[in-house]
Amino acid sequence: MIDPSKTARRLALVAMLGLLVWAPLSACQPGGAPGEATPHAEATEPAAGAATEAAAVPDPEANPEADPEAPTAEPFDPSAADLVVYSGRSENLVGPLIERFEDESGLEVAVRWGDTAELAALLLEEGAVSRADVFFAQEPGALGAVEDLLAPLPATVLDRVAPRFRDPGGRWVGTSGRARVVVYNTASLTPADLPEGMEGFVDPKWTGRIGWAPSNASFQSMVTAMRTAWGEDRTRAWLEGIVANEPVVFDRNAPIVEAVGAGEVDVGFSNHYYLYRFLTEEGPGFPARNHFLTDGGPGSLVLEAGIGIVATGSHREAAEKLAAFLLTPEAQRYFADETFEYPLIDGVAPAAIVDMPPLAELHAIDLDAGDLADARGTLALLRDVGALP
Amino acid sequence: MRQAVRRPPLASPATGALWLAAGAAAAAVLLPPAYLAVRAAGADAEAWSAVASSRTLASLGRTLGLAAAVTGACTALALPLAWLTVRTDLPWRRGWSVVLALPLVIPSYVGAYLIVAALGPRGMLHEHVAEALGVARLPSLYGFGGASMALTLFTYPYAFLLLRAALLRVDPALEAASRTLGASPLRTALHITFPQLRPALATGGLLTVLYTLRDFGAVSVMRYDTLTRVIYLQYQSAFDRHAAALVALVLVAVTAVILVAERRAEPRARYHAPGAHGQRPARPVRLGRWRWPALALCAGVATLAVGLPAVVLGHWLLRGIHDGIDWAALVPAARDSLTAAGWGAAATTALALPVAWLAVRRPGRASGWLLRLTWLSHALPGVVVALALVFFGIRVAPALYQTMALLVLAYAVLHLPQAVGAVRTSLMQVHPSLEEAARMLGRPPGKVAATVTLPLVAPGVAAGAALVFLTVMKELPATLMLGPLGFATLATGVWSAVSEAFFARAAAPALLLVLLSSVPTAVLLAHERVEQR
Repeated sequence: MIDPSKTARRLALVAMLGLLVWAPLSACQPGGAPGEATPHAEATEPAAGAATEAAAVPDPEANPEADPEAPTAEPFDPSAADLVVYSGRSENLVGPLIERFEDESGLEVAVRWGDTAELAALLLEEGAVSRADVFFAQEPGALGAVEDLLAPLPATVLDRVAPRFRDPGGRWVGTSGRARVVVYNTASLTPADLPEGMEGFVDPKWTGRIGWAPSNASFQSMVTAMRTAWGEDRTRAWLEGIVANEPVVFDRNAPIVEAVGAGEVDVGFSNHYYLYRFLTEEGPGFPARNHFLTDGGPGSLVLEAGIGIVATGSHREAAEKLAAFLLTPEAQRYFADETFEYPLIDGVAPAAIVDMPPLAELHAIDLDAGDLADARGTLALLRDVGALP
Repeated sequence: MRQAVRRPPLASPATGALWLAAGAAAAAVLLPPAYLAVRAAGADAEAWSAVASSRTLASLGRTLGLAAAVTGACTALALPLAWLTVRTDLPWRRGWSVVLALPLVIPSYVGAYLIVAALGPRGMLHEHVAEALGVARLPSLYGFGGASMALTLFTYPYAFLLLRAALLRVDPALEAASRTLGASPLRTALHITFPQLRPALATGGLLTVLYTLRDFGAVSVMRYDTLTRVIYLQYQSAFDRHAAALVALVLVAVTAVILVAERRAEPRARYHAPGAHGQRPARPVRLGRWRWPALALCAGVATLAVGLPAVVLGHWLLRGIHDGIDWAALVPAARDSLTAAGWGAAATTALALPVAWLAVRRPGRASGWLLRLTWLSHALPGVVVALALVFFGIRVAPALYQTMALLVLAYAVLHLPQAVGAVRTSLMQVHPSLEEAARMLGRPPGKVAATVTLPLVAPGVAAGAALVFLTVMKELPATLMLGPLGFATLATGVWSAVSEAFFARAAAPALLLVLLSSVPTAVLLAHERVEQR
């Protein structure tokens, strides 16, 4: 016979043990916990909190009407931070750069890290009550999707990059460039075996040898570029030609480069920087290289990761400081050396790394964000040719 | 209420409070479908034509096929594993219980990726074993086979944990009677024990079906196009929340059909022993020579679902140690993970208790509907549930928006069926006369619940809490969108590293995630020990 009260005591003990472990932990975390008193959380970092609070108050640029519901009794008050960033760029990539900005500006930055598209959806749902000051996005499509929520950037920021790397309406600006490339396996191919443009890959000799990621945003931007440059019919024919060549489908770019290196496929349609990460991790023996297409067609597209300032944010001045910071030579140097992307301002060279031509030497197609805006049409086409479900 | 009035001895303000609490839980679960209806209403013609296509239908067909295969495979794995770890003298069976529950904490995207890294074409198996044997290329892992394998390996613990809890509650007196009457152990198992597991099997099956419907990670790594991929494409490629909502509503409709069918098929049987007596622990079945195949089964599943990912992670970890790991950064992530999972499990289990109790003790149309409603959002991908709580959070409770309170509510909406299912199946095996006797003897209802009901359903409550704890540990979209600023769990750390191909950096948080999850699992399963002796 089990004794129910004994079991109850045991269960209660387990529950209490659990509480003991996690209640103190949750008390000292920044978010606090439901029903948890907040003074604890602030007491642990008194100096920093007080200093930033003081700095935030006299901010002349702060929108006086912003954040009408900024609640004072909340466990964590976002207005205690000097800047709230929604970042679709990975913490692994740009976390150190944000820290550098904090050090140099003396501002305290709070970041919500996430997936670029999910953060765009979040911003759209939040609308005017968003606590975000800045949206730092992986690709231009997401910035375009939320452009109605963004405030115009100062010309001094916009003008640092070429017109094709910024919103024609001036609401967001590119911070680093990402070139479309064909990654190839060096054991089975030499550059001479590779075509000058994307249309070469519809040749049946590439059957079963191509890796692609049709759900990837950069790839889809390239297809949008094709629709702009080539027209609908030619793009459809190209997609059907590739599909007929039975490409291996991946869910994103990094595994494509990995698969090319492993010889699972001979070529892959990717962005340029993944290869350099693999070369850094695995050494120059990693048997894959980038092929930059030379025909000046859509396959040579350079896309930008970029930043926009949320119009309803309450820290406009700090947001502009961050945007300006990301386009300083220092930050551009960081992108070049740490994420292997292309710097977008004049006078900063790309990483000194094997086989990476400077931006000016790429035969890149000259399209701006306006030319790449019809993402829905591209998705419909990709579904229609059977590349996507 | 009608039911309560008809049975005066048990009608009380406490029962009314239970109805209120259960109604609130069901209302919370209805938030995502309500949000989807609002968004779907905003869909334009282009969105409709994008969704109402034969491709969407084909995706639905593939999704249902996958769900059926995964559910079948999970049941086939979970049933013997649960029986072996509860009712036999299998060596180290409590260790196996914990290890075999662990795959639940591995986010399916990461898990599928680890399987590919181990078994994929030119993966570790190929590199270290197949090449030596002269095998040029391993059979392809991708598509239906890979997707069902990955999903089976990472979801069978649902059924496993529920079946364990049910087996612990099966009255061994019935089995003893069967044996006394000359039935073989196998016959007894088939005709006496397994029929009593039917509610747990049904609940486990339902959890698995709905998990497969909502999974995005495993199917995208395994390149199998299901309905969630259609939903994600609308968010990610077209930034079209309206078209995404239309497709997501298809998932809600499918869930509704499955729930109605399940209610029709549910046998009107009783699962508790006829008397109001207490229960003796079962005597373990001696496996004898059969212990070796039994051990092989446990070891085989553990190797594939836990060992293989651990080996790949270990391999990555070595590379990470070589490059230098920021160990200090793991501490706040571990703390946030435990905070999220702890509050998530506690709140979800608390919300589940009234729903489950009413469904079992006040059977009727109202409680039956409440029970089904709590399942309605369970096939929705996390991103949809998260956006729904954003939508309602900023409108109804702006003060709670992006605080732990709303995040915990999101966890409850996401995971309520796991706890409801576990508690309910357990409660079905407890004879109501025990509670009634306590009430007749003058104990107030609250005290009866605490001193009689709760202890009797302890295995179910523990299993439910464990399920929720483990699945919150790996939760991503709601944590990313609704967490307080700066809130970052181990799972978000793993995701952020893997999504950018920084595998070496993913290893340490991933291994810590598994380790931290095993401790509470062990504690939650620990109280079984005494009952088994």
